Amino acid sequence: MDKLIADLKEQIIAQLNLQHIKPEDIGDDQPLFVEGLGLDSIDALELIVLLQQQYNIKLNNADDGPKVFRSVKTMAEYITQHQATGK
Amino acid sequence: MRLDISAWCTIANNRIQKNGGELFRDDASIPVTDFLVNAYKSFQLDYPKFYKMDGLSKLGWLAAEVLLKLENITERYSQGDIALVLSNRNSSLDTDIRYFETTKSMASPALFVYTLPNIVMGEICIRHGFKGENALFVFEKFESAFLSRYVQNLVEANDCKACVCGWVDLLANNYNATLFLIEKSNTEKMGEFSPENIQNIYESTNG
Repeated sequence: MDKLIADLKEQIIAQLNLQHIKPEDIGDDQPLFVEGLGLDSIDALELIVLLQQQYNIKLNNADDGPKVFRSVKTMAEYITQHQATGK
Repeated sequence: MRLDISAWCTIANNRIQKNGGELFRDDASIPVTDFLVNAYKSFQLDYPKFYKMDGLSKLGWLAAEVLLKLENITERYSQGDIALVLSNRNSSLDTDIRYFETTKSMASPALFVYTLPNIVMGEICIRHGFKGENALFVFEKFESAFLSRYVQNLVEANDCKACVCGWVDLLANNYNATLFLIEKSNTEKMGEFSPENIQNIYESTNG
């Protein structure tokens, strides 16, 4: 899980052009939106693209978005769960 | 009615000037997007959204930032009285091409939102709080006579009291930003806002 979280931080920075942020600046549980990293709705779409490109995971239910993209840790948990079940 | 150039800024050939003075220069071999980020860092600006912008918006945003620094324009005019009139040759083609490339695998939402040339104006307006008239024209070349006449008409029709106008163009590594801050004749700092004067300033950036 730690490796996955570290990879995700690097991928989020690259995908979202957050060049002013270093991976260590992003807390595992830090909210990604609003008061946390301050991501916006376009970033949310880029995170969906990231999941699909890097992990071949499609977010089929948009209502899952806020829960899945709450933090890097919740993203990692979702990926792990998805890969384990193969869904 | 006489209008004057209160300030001007040019970004070309990896060099940034304001009112004729050089503020930043980078090696000519550095790609434009790296050059703009280097300049942003050198000026110690703090606007994280800058990194997410496409090349055209980075160029226009940075030029406006340099142009308007210390001009206190939003203190001297209400937000609705400041117009923004830009022009360029290549529209948003640089980003259109990049976006088209991503559609071959997975379309990038972050690129898609920059596939209009007037997005750069939105970025500048958001940064400075401008709510006045705005327009962007696509021309084959810098049209000093048109720009001068258009801004003159805006002021004479009382549609604005000050105007940021000029040229912001970028395609691959070819780029040029030449912006002017135009006000009624109360400063005369940088000369009259005439087609000849703005043409000379624009051409000086290519020297």
